[in-house]
Amino acid sequence: MTTEVAPETADEADKPAAAPDERVREVSWFDRLLSRPEVGALIALVVVWIGFAIIASDNNFVSMATTAAILNRAAPLGILAVAVSLLMIAGEFDLSIGSLVGFIGMAVMLMVTSSAQGGWALPLLPTLLLTLILALAVGWFNGTLVLQTKLPSFIITLGSLFIFRGLAVAIPRTRTGRSQLGNFDDTPGFGFMDAVFGQKISIFGANFDIAILWWVGITLLLVFVLRRTRVGSWIFGVGGDANAARNVGVPVNRLKTALFMTTAVAAFLVAVLQIVQFNGADSLRGTQQEFNAIIAAVVGGTLLTGGYGSVLGAALGALIFAMVQQGIIITGVDGDWFKVFVGAILVLAVIFNNALRQRAMKR
Amino acid sequence: MSDAPLLELKKVSKYFGSVIALQDVSMFVRAGEVTCLLGDNGAGKSTLIKTLAGVHLPSEGTYYYEGEETLFESPREALNRGIATVYQDLAMVPLMSIWRNFFLGSEPTKKIGPITVYDQAFAKQTTREEMAKMGIDIRDPDQPVGTLSGGERQSVAIARAVFFGAKVLILDEPTAALGVKQAGVVLRYITQARDRGIGVIFITHNPHHAFPVGDHFVILRRGTVMGDFSKDEVSREELVRMMAGGADLDALEHELSTRA
Repeated sequence: MTTEVAPETADEADKPAAAPDERVREVSWFDRLLSRPEVGALIALVVVWIGFAIIASDNNFVSMATTAAILNRAAPLGILAVAVSLLMIAGEFDLSIGSLVGFIGMAVMLMVTSSAQGGWALPLLPTLLLTLILALAVGWFNGTLVLQTKLPSFIITLGSLFIFRGLAVAIPRTRTGRSQLGNFDDTPGFGFMDAVFGQKISIFGANFDIAILWWVGITLLLVFVLRRTRVGSWIFGVGGDANAARNVGVPVNRLKTALFMTTAVAAFLVAVLQIVQFNGADSLRGTQQEFNAIIAAVVGGTLLTGGYGSVLGAALGALIFAMVQQGIIITGVDGDWFKVFVGAILVLAVIFNNALRQRAMKR
Repeated sequence: MSDAPLLELKKVSKYFGSVIALQDVSMFVRAGEVTCLLGDNGAGKSTLIKTLAGVHLPSEGTYYYEGEETLFESPREALNRGIATVYQDLAMVPLMSIWRNFFLGSEPTKKIGPITVYDQAFAKQTTREEMAKMGIDIRDPDQPVGTLSGGERQSVAIARAVFFGAKVLILDEPTAALGVKQAGVVLRYITQARDRGIGVIFITHNPHHAFPVGDHFVILRRGTVMGDFSKDEVSREELVRMMAGGADLDALEHELSTRA
């Protein structure tokens, strides 16, 4: 897909090139679009949607109810994915967020549960405040450990993955003997929590979770941060070449720590959304979401080695993920096949995105 | 051109344990002049650059900057005083656009209501203007730096240093990895920076690159200054000979010719 170039005659080649024009080439809007990191995800989204619309035309894939189901699935993953994409662009991984969703969820429930059942019987507001601080502390701890030890964040947060999943099971088991804590609706203040985090919005008879609005809002916020603020420029710079960024005065360590804390806050938000939605917490909630979030970010055009990527792309990646999941369910294909599809899409997306990026670099 | 040097080293030595990296090195650069620092590998160029840039403190001797005796504790301090060093590896992020690279770490901001945003219009326009002043017409400031040629990258780095108020520009082998034509491009930017009143210290091991742009030439060999010549005192051929250490080169020539 190269731009057509008129064949040069020998005479033309010998002429001294007419200054600045020699160096400028018209780049079509199409080429410009293709050089954006999220364009691969956009194309994949359309292809997957059309594919299911055809395959599952008898199963109402193109319907309000299915659209709602897809978006409801995509929202919690999307919240994690957009935060993770920022961290990945800055050149780090966070594998602990899935466990953190389970851990924070259990922490909230333990705090609000009555002491008769082994809880702390704390009021709602201090509980939320304490668990938010707890999440921030985990993020800070991950970031500080990565930066101080200079070990890959993959290893450090892989450790955190096991630690917090273990704690999410062990602490509630020790205190209450259970790994699921329910009846969040008994907590004073539940009405407010339900309005903010649990509400369903009915459009043409289909129920859309309010989590979708949180997802959209956070995506817009992080798109703004990445593309329109100086911190966004630092994120690209740190991921592209941390030493170069440090040499020109970017606060590399503070920035990375803040991004680890951002992913932890995203996990906190998903934990709270799901507590309200499911009326309680489960030790195993969020299992594998850390990998799904990375998959969404990578499908969305974020480079695994950092320095390149898109928040919007990560959101699209989460949408594709949910669409495939929901599509397989309603098509009636055995759910066991889902992982095969996800793995194939991941590999295809990375190959495709790589080709697009190399094309953009040659432009 | 003023006669007082902008930056001057007097009898500077640098020791690392028992190793003498630099011994009694004296050199200077004036505003609006190019001082070429020539030396083969192992001559002590890197140590001298790092001493100039504030990475190393001299073990002995004095460092004068703008007429005052000075000790820079860090490269950042030297940079804040106007001594910018463009290293070979450039401190550029290849995947980032030219304008983001140009302003990385010193982004211009503007307020939209209560929110502070990156003033991207200003950044793009300034990048284009500053590059134009160096004689480069940027095709597209949104281009990733990785798509630029080596010479163009060097010029972005030089333009950035000049824009952020460098009075002394230290260039570490800016032409080393470049082809003939690209090297010519960079040499032109060096003269452009000089014409804007900046004192340029141009480190190279290539006398053919140094001769056309230099006002005077400091030859470094085995940690000491072999000579400091102004342009009218020395010819290109003499520079080449001194660089390699004349006698060594004669011996080599003899050796090769007898073998053939």
